[in-house]
Amino acid sequence: MDKYIEMIRIRFLMMLAYRTNYYTGILIYSINIGAYYFLWKAIYGGKETIEGLSVLQMTTYVAVAWMARAFYFNNIDREMAMEIKEGKVAVELIRPYNYLTMKTMQGLGEGIFRLLFFSVPGMLIVSLIFPIRFSADIYTWALFFVSIILSFFINTQINLLTGMTTFFLFNNTGLIRAKRVIIDLFSGLLLPLSFFPEGIQEVLKFLPFQGISYVPSMIFTSGFSSSETVQAIFLQGIWVLILIVPIQALWILAKKMLVIQGG
Amino acid sequence: MFYIRMLGQYMGQYLKTRLQYRSDLVVELVSDLLFQAVNLIFIIVVFGHTDFLNGWSRDEIIFIYGFFLVPFALFSSFFNIWDFNERYIVKGELDRILTRPIHSLFQIVLERMELESLFGAITGFVVMGYAGARLGLTINWYDPILFCVFVIGGALVYAGVFILIACISFWADARTSIMPMMYNIGNYGRYPVDIYNTVIRFVLTWILPFAFVGVYPAAFFLRREEWYIYSFLTPVIGVVFFTISVFVWNEGVKRYRGAGN
Repeated sequence: MDKYIEMIRIRFLMMLAYRTNYYTGILIYSINIGAYYFLWKAIYGGKETIEGLSVLQMTTYVAVAWMARAFYFNNIDREMAMEIKEGKVAVELIRPYNYLTMKTMQGLGEGIFRLLFFSVPGMLIVSLIFPIRFSADIYTWALFFVSIILSFFINTQINLLTGMTTFFLFNNTGLIRAKRVIIDLFSGLLLPLSFFPEGIQEVLKFLPFQGISYVPSMIFTSGFSSSETVQAIFLQGIWVLILIVPIQALWILAKKMLVIQGG
Repeated sequence: MFYIRMLGQYMGQYLKTRLQYRSDLVVELVSDLLFQAVNLIFIIVVFGHTDFLNGWSRDEIIFIYGFFLVPFALFSSFFNIWDFNERYIVKGELDRILTRPIHSLFQIVLERMELESLFGAITGFVVMGYAGARLGLTINWYDPILFCVFVIGGALVYAGVFILIACISFWADARTSIMPMMYNIGNYGRYPVDIYNTVIRFVLTWILPFAFVGVYPAAFFLRREEWYIYSFLTPVIGVVFFTISVFVWNEGVKRYRGAGN
């Protein structure tokens, strides 16, 4: 266990070395959120609420969805693809740790760094410019944190799956991009899933993507009732467990299939 | 002439390398299509809840998006310089570029082109066709000509802005995350600029003139006469920004000192 925590720490410190990146990042995220703010204001026009969300809740939703993304988002699928392509994975495999767990921990280190140095200051700045309502209820905050940690795991597991496809496809930049686009849309980052037509919503209920962005953002904006919240978090947990199965299966298969192309 | 021949040569080589990984190429095309579809789905879903966006109808917004795809496809096929800093400055690759007998920027354009992005233009035409038919838009004899002019203008705007940002690397060493985010900001030119407040509108018109890639030129074909002045400014802005960026690039190259070995 120690070595994995050490991995989180090292990634964190590595990110810290490049922290200047993030100041410009915050500015640009704010512009991004700002543009969505105006877009949503125009969409609402004179309407009080759409699908039970007010303009204020919608703005908060957009802001928190983007800021939470900074935490759960990582590029470990791209990193894995690179390591597999360059043959570095051979060295990784003989090291005394589980490659996939190690990748997850690196992602977590990155996520914690971004949460502290990006999301928190970013959210403060955004809330100064745009009307955003923070919940005063400590219970909501606690649930939100549980929820984004689960978001991180679901997203990372999907990334691991995508990364592992490199073993079989050799070059999967296209697939990685496709996965990213699908997650942006179906996780509820761009718009709350409740805005989709009924039929699509029914399908989305059976997919893991809602657990990435929609659930934490809805909890933060108090768009869920308390029973809905508990149910949603429970579902996130279930998905984290379910996704372990294909990851393990693919991993066993991948180790058998492994072709080192160089390195 | 030499430049055109080089372009042909590089294109041929590029196609060969891409066709080596055929399955990946297909997935990439599909992912491009998905990406374009996502934006379209966003518009359609949103208009399931409202009829007008500040006086613009659903089909008009879809048309603007379709138009935007065409110059954007042109831009993303040839100006993939978003990772210029890491790829060329940090790794010292620019040293090699500078020894080549063609202009350094052109050499990078050749090396980094991604011709498959051109398929985005086809999607753009399909989307415009769909929206245009629903709006009952008519095509005059001069429209195709102006269309080409506006598309090139829009692509030059994008190219100019991104080259200017790439040029930052010549003066500052720090890695910046501006580039990827700029793609996000570029997307706001797809929506009618009058939904934004005056500051953002000003920025999108004169500082990061992404509005000239989407809404302004598209407004001409939608016959929105109040925007005609801006529509016709498109090629001007494009040429001005591109010229400035090439000038800054040349200055930057003069300052460049190799980092690699």
